[in-house]
Formats: sequence, C-alpha cells, structure tokens
Amino acid sequence: MASPDEITRADNDPAGPAALAPPRWSPLRIIRRYGLAVVTLSFLAAFAGMVLAIIIANIFSRFFHFATLVELFHKPLVVAAMKLSAVTSLTTLGLVVLFCIPAGYALSRYRFFGHAVIDTIIDMPIVMPPLAIGVSLLVLFASTPGRWLGERMDAVGLDRNAAAGIVLCQFLLSAPFAIRAAKAAFEGVDRRLEDLALTLGCTRWQAFWKVALPMARGGVLAGCVMAWARAVGLYGPLMVFVGCVRGKSEVLPNTIYLEVSTGGLEVALAATMVMIAMAGAALVLIHAVAGSKRWWGI
Amino acid sequence: MIDIRDICLTAGKFQLQKASLHVLPGEYFVLMGRTGSGKSLLLQCICGLRRPSSGRIAIDGRDVTGLEPRERNLGYMPQDTGLFPHMNVWRNITFSLRARGVHRSEAVRLTMPLVEMLGIAGLLDRDCRDLSGGEKQKVALARALACRPNALLLDEPVSALDEPARVEVCAELRRVQQDLNLSVIHVCHSLAEAAIADRVGVIDYGQVQQIGPLRQLRENPATKAVARLMRVGNEQRRNLEPGTGSP
Repeated sequence: MASPDEITRADNDPAGPAALAPPRWSPLRIIRRYGLAVVTLSFLAAFAGMVLAIIIANIFSRFFHFATLVELFHKPLVVAAMKLSAVTSLTTLGLVVLFCIPAGYALSRYRFFGHAVIDTIIDMPIVMPPLAIGVSLLVLFASTPGRWLGERMDAVGLDRNAAAGIVLCQFLLSAPFAIRAAKAAFEGVDRRLEDLALTLGCTRWQAFWKVALPMARGGVLAGCVMAWARAVGLYGPLMVFVGCVRGKSEVLPNTIYLEVSTGGLEVALAATMVMIAMAGAALVLIHAVAGSKRWWGI
Repeated sequence: MIDIRDICLTAGKFQLQKASLHVLPGEYFVLMGRTGSGKSLLLQCICGLRRPSSGRIAIDGRDVTGLEPRERNLGYMPQDTGLFPHMNVWRNITFSLRARGVHRSEAVRLTMPLVEMLGIAGLLDRDCRDLSGGEKQKVALARALACRPNALLLDEPVSALDEPARVEVCAELRRVQQDLNLSVIHVCHSLAEAAIADRVGVIDYGQVQQIGPLRQLRENPATKAVARLMRVGNEQRRNLEPGTGSP
C-alpha cells in the first residue's frame, strides 16, 4: 500500500493516472481528428483534377495542333466569331454590372409588397432550360408587342438577328446569377455600418459607394464572373432565337458546334483552346483588378 | 447644447414615451437604463437614424428633428465601434471629412492634432481588424470627432472591453470631452461608467425616470427603476413608486 508521500498528482486526478498520460493514437482517433478535412479536401481535389484533366486532355490530344491554333487567327469567319463573342459577352457584362448590382442591393435592403414573388421570378432563368428561354424569346418577338419592339430596335440599328439579339439572350440568361450573388453579398454587409456612414456625413448614395459596395466587392465580382462565363458559353438558345449565320451571328461556341458537325475536329479543338484561354485570362484579370491576395494563397 | 422635448417613437412593440432631456454645453451626460429600456433608440433619434413620431430635438438652438443625420453634425460612436473593415485606420479617421468633400491632404492636416491627442499616431497604417479593443475605441472616437461635431453621442462605448481597458477609455473620453468642451451623451448600464458624468439620467420602459447628479440619484431615487440601477437596498426600494411607464 502506498504511503501518503507516494501519492502523486496523477493519483489525485479523478480520472486516475491515465488522464495525464499522452493520448494514444488509434485509427478511430485519427479519423475523428482529420477525417472531415481529408474527405472534404479529397472532393475538392477530385473536382479540380477533373477540370484540369479536361484542359490537359485537350492540349495533348492528337487532334490538337499548335499550327491549327495559329491558322485559326487567319480564318476571317472564325476571327469574326471571336470578335462577336468578345463584343457581345463584354456588352452583356457591362449591362449585368449596370442592372444587377442595384437590383441585388434592392432585394437585400428593401422589403416591399411582392418581394418574395420578384425574388422567385428572378430565379426562373436559372432553373429553366436555356433552350426554353430561346424559344420563349422567339415567341415573344413573334407576338404583336414583340414585333413592335423589334421594329423599334431595327429603327435604332439594333438587329435582333445579330449582336443585339445575342446580347439580349445572354443578358436574360446570365443576369440572375449576378443578381443572386450581389444580393447575398450585400446581405453579408452589416446595415448598421451604412447607417453609421450617414452620421459621418454621407448621403445614402455615398454610403452605398463608400461602404456597402466595397464591402460586398468579392461576392459582387464573383457574380459578375459567373454571369460573364454563362454569357460567353451560351449556345443553344442563341441557335433558336438568333440563328447561326456565319460572319453575322456566329459566336465561338457555334463555331465549335459547326466544325464538329462538319468533321473539323482540329479546328473545333483549337477554338475550344481559345475559349479556355479567354476564360482563364478573364478570371486572372478580374482577380487582379479586385486586388485579391488570398486568391494566390498568400 | 442638446434639447430633447417629448420624443415619441414606436419600434415594433417598444415605445419611447415623451422622452425629454436637456444637456448643457460642455456637459458630460450619462444616460443609464437596463437592456431594452430605450436608451440606444433615443440616441438614434438624436443622431437622425430614426425619425420620432412626435416631439422636438434641438442642437445649439437649431431644430434638427426633420434633418438628415449628415445635416446635424453630431459625432456618433456605436457599441461595437463600427470601424469600416475595408479601410485602414487613417481612412477610417478621415472618412467624415472626405465624405464632406475635404481634400485628402487637408483631411490629414485637420485630423493630425486629434490623432496626437488620442495617442494613436502609431496605428495609422494598421488594418482596423488587427487592433485591440481599446485601440479600436480610440480610433472610433477620433473618427467621430474628426468633423468637429457639435456634440458627441456614445452608445455603450466601453461595454465590450475588459475592466482595465474600460477604466482607461472612460478616463480618455472624459479628458477629450473637457479638452474640446463638448456636450456628450454617454449611454451605459454600469454605475462605474456613470461616475465620470456631470449628470445622470435614468430611462426605463421608454420613459425618462429621473435626471440629476449621480449622488442625488443614489441618495434619493425617484422610482424603483432608478433605485434598482443605483443598487439601492430593498428596504428603501419598498417605499418607492414602480416608475412611470413600467408595466
């Protein structure tokens, strides 16, 4: 029997001497501690790997030749499609910035009659099949008010069977992403900070520009990138609503489809690489403009 | 000088009922009350973030009841400091001047004495998110004072701080108020904070219960609500009225 002098601190612990011993590593303990991180990071790595695999498969495909890519820039019809893609998607991006940031702000800040209904209507183009939107636009412009609108557009030089129609279609299908993202971003900004800006001498507009918008910048920017990506990659509804006339209403996704249909896989692949490069450049540019250091993992 | 007469306001189920206050020029006034008693609401009415349904608010003799917050020229410091996280300390401090169209270099020149007075010159390039609680309070105070306000409104400015920082910031607030000879309304629910006041007002259930020097409120509480806040013994409380506005 141990004397009182031999009683250690560990013996006094209600859990006994084992309580102070270092924990033993067991598979269950390892799973509990690192399981969540391992599982979630694995899914993340798997998805990023899939995207990278697609890009690498394109680059190393036997159908891809660098010479074809260079040649692509000497084909007037493909260059026209590239230009039309760039012009229409950037115009759509401009419209998205102009309309969707205020719309997202209004949805996040104001409660009004019909708020929930409008909130739901805005989501419709996200859940509707893009082809259905194309068909709906076609039907709309065939109706009496639509024909009147088409005539007005023609009168000011906006051809709905060319760039103007493409922008309209792209805007309708991509704007909901930007509105949704802007709404979520503004909801994340504490409204009291805007009120505080008012007491510091700001007008409501200044509070928006100096406080709400800079604080929601990340989410708003992400929404705009999503909207632009959706616009530049749109194909089906454009074929239905605008049609695809080479040199007039052909955008890059149409070029890829037409080339694949006519057996020009090399040209289609080269056009795909151009689209991947455009998307990559746009993402880098936008993150650089936003000054997001975290993007680089710093 | 701040003169508040019969302010009424309904916010949800809560009501401010004919709240009246008179804060003298250069006076440090502490407004005490329990959580949910309406003290922050009254402060928001004074700085213009809420419009009262009736009553009158005058600052230095000018009726400001219908004016926008920016037209009242009051310094307001909320409970959580409300520093803008996307700006560094400098940009936070000069925010009110820049919002009023003052050029950047002029704004820096105008705020420099204030920055030195508060001892925060070493923090100017720091990110607001990296400051300690006490430093945040000083930066928020500098920001509220940068446009040389007619009066300063402090909404529980030290409630988020630990005891030593609380004492330090309270002393700093009093020193700044005396140096600038400002009228201050300081909202709190702590007797320790009320000790720095020239006069104390107690608000309960949206009604001002009693106003006077702290000593007077402790010795002669007018209502049970005042006695409870002043931690007056039960024996003395029994002889008091429950207080106007209480259910």
